Amino acid sequence: MRAQFSDNHATKNLCEGAIVTRSQKEATSTLDIISHSSAQTQRLGMRLGDLLRGGELILLDGQLGTGKTTFTQGLAKGMGITEIVSSPTFTLLKEYQGQSATTTRLDHDKFPDQASLTQRVGPILYHFDLYRLEDPEEVVDLGFEDYFFGSGTCVVEWADKADLLWPNEQLRIRLKMMSETKRGLLLTATGLRYCELLQQFQKNTYATTSS
Amino acid sequence: MLILGIESSCDETGAAIVKDGRYLLSNVVASQIEIHNRYGGVVPEVASRQQLSSIIPVIETALDQAACSWQEIDAIGATYGPGLAGSLLVGLTVGKALALARNLPFLGVNHLEAHIYANWLRKGESPPGEDSASASWDLRKGDPTFPLICLIISGAHSELVLVRGHGQYELLGRTRDDAAGEAFDKVARVLGLEYPGGPSIQNAAQRAEEELLQQKKPVALARSAYRLPRAWLRGTYDFSFSGLKTAMLQLAEGATGSQSLPQTPASRKNPVGESKQRSQYTRMGMHAAQKGPTNVPMLAASFQEAIVDVLAVKTRLAAQEYHVKQVVLAGGVAANLSLRTRLEQELLPLRIRLSYPPIEFCTDNAAMIASAAYFHLCQEEQSGLDLDVQPGLSLPFRKSE
Repeated sequence: MRAQFSDNHATKNLCEGAIVTRSQKEATSTLDIISHSSAQTQRLGMRLGDLLRGGELILLDGQLGTGKTTFTQGLAKGMGITEIVSSPTFTLLKEYQGQSATTTRLDHDKFPDQASLTQRVGPILYHFDLYRLEDPEEVVDLGFEDYFFGSGTCVVEWADKADLLWPNEQLRIRLKMMSETKRGLLLTATGLRYCELLQQFQKNTYATTSS
Repeated sequence: MLILGIESSCDETGAAIVKDGRYLLSNVVASQIEIHNRYGGVVPEVASRQQLSSIIPVIETALDQAACSWQEIDAIGATYGPGLAGSLLVGLTVGKALALARNLPFLGVNHLEAHIYANWLRKGESPPGEDSASASWDLRKGDPTFPLICLIISGAHSELVLVRGHGQYELLGRTRDDAAGEAFDKVARVLGLEYPGGPSIQNAAQRAEEELLQQKKPVALARSAYRLPRAWLRGTYDFSFSGLKTAMLQLAEGATGSQSLPQTPASRKNPVGESKQRSQYTRMGMHAAQKGPTNVPMLAASFQEAIVDVLAVKTRLAAQEYHVKQVVLAGGVAANLSLRTRLEQELLPLRIRLSYPPIEFCTDNAAMIASAAYFHLCQEEQSGLDLDVQPGLSLPFRKSE
């Protein structure tokens, strides 16, 4: 299953610039960002969500209140998800149906039927939260492993609770609290596909925020 | 009509027998809280394994306690969502299999809707003289009056729903981030209080008030000892509790000094700039914390007040806007005494009745599943045995015209 996961998404180009090591199997690159507000954290998530095509694994680490759910809310918006994304701590997993960004979005409240007809279906977002897990094996017992190799995008909060289980290819985002409003985000991509994703994300982020 | 209800959406496994959607014959919950509080949260692996082994004994106990046989059961209802797929499967599969084996009508029940129907439940037998065949199904003495507002507040949900009639729901607001119960649990952990967080924060807050009483100071001081942010999200009935959670985290850390914030080189050089970034509320709270030793009970009381404040005011505003006759509570947080008292204060002057189910019907239970199944069956609805679990199910909202 793991081999299939990486083969399907073989990428054309290696990413440049931020790459630390570069090898055929284990390319990694990192990006360090400081967010000054929860609104900015959400915008960063949105930019990343916009680039997702399904099948990605995004791991979020960081203590309570560092913005994991906030980042995921933005990411969902970027994926075209109109539903409110709330914390999945209690339910462990919440699913959201993404919409293709190219179609016009109709007002769901006014035209519930038309909206579902005209909107093309985008990737599903699986929003996990391992906050309450004690034993990494529980992820396997719950059958969550199946999701990580599927066609949907998986975002996992508190991913460090099951660190040994993750496939090598992933995008890991470590959030830390720097002050009451300031958060540090360290993005580490492993695998060609994720390096390319991160590179594109970096381009988009700096093209719009630094100007 | 006797209905067997089965519930297994998250951390509880339950079975109940309910007559006419209202009168409780038995309600068995294989509560796993004792196993869980060792870990400071629900441990799902334990939950699903436990559910698989306890579901049959729980159903048998429910039948025993109701002193009824399979021949007397008229229908079976089981939760099919929302919840955790693995847990839901246990209850739903057992429910469908039993319905097939006994040739009984089956109904898949929405867990959220069932929480609302917990308000129709009452302990004990139906009153004598009320024959279930002749009495009307939809309205009997003691039932809540439509239209009503239901505030569903639990570890997973914080939703404000307008209910115009049986099966007619309109979502007015919901949480945009953390559920109220989740905020209670997480903050309790930060404060070093036990799981589940709701009762332990309520107890800590009561200790703070008792302490003030002994010092002959006004009890209300505990609730304003620390000024905490409230997300009003004006113009909506939505809630947000994650900012409050973060403020509590900062306060608890600032007050105990156990985990001081990691300082950046810039903030060390320029401490003034650092404090400017803190909101006025946090600075006030930190100031208060510096004045005295850490006061966890006071902190708990202030936190509880911040949550209750938003929930109560928003519920009252919704009740006024939609001219409802009654407000009902549902979900585990409905057990919070401070919330009940405050809501009564808000609603009494408006002559709006507040009601809430007994605590065993507030938390996840199977009696409410049986009740919701009854009201659907009375409207001649029934589920096929091919019904699958729907972990992401929401209420079947109908927009009013």
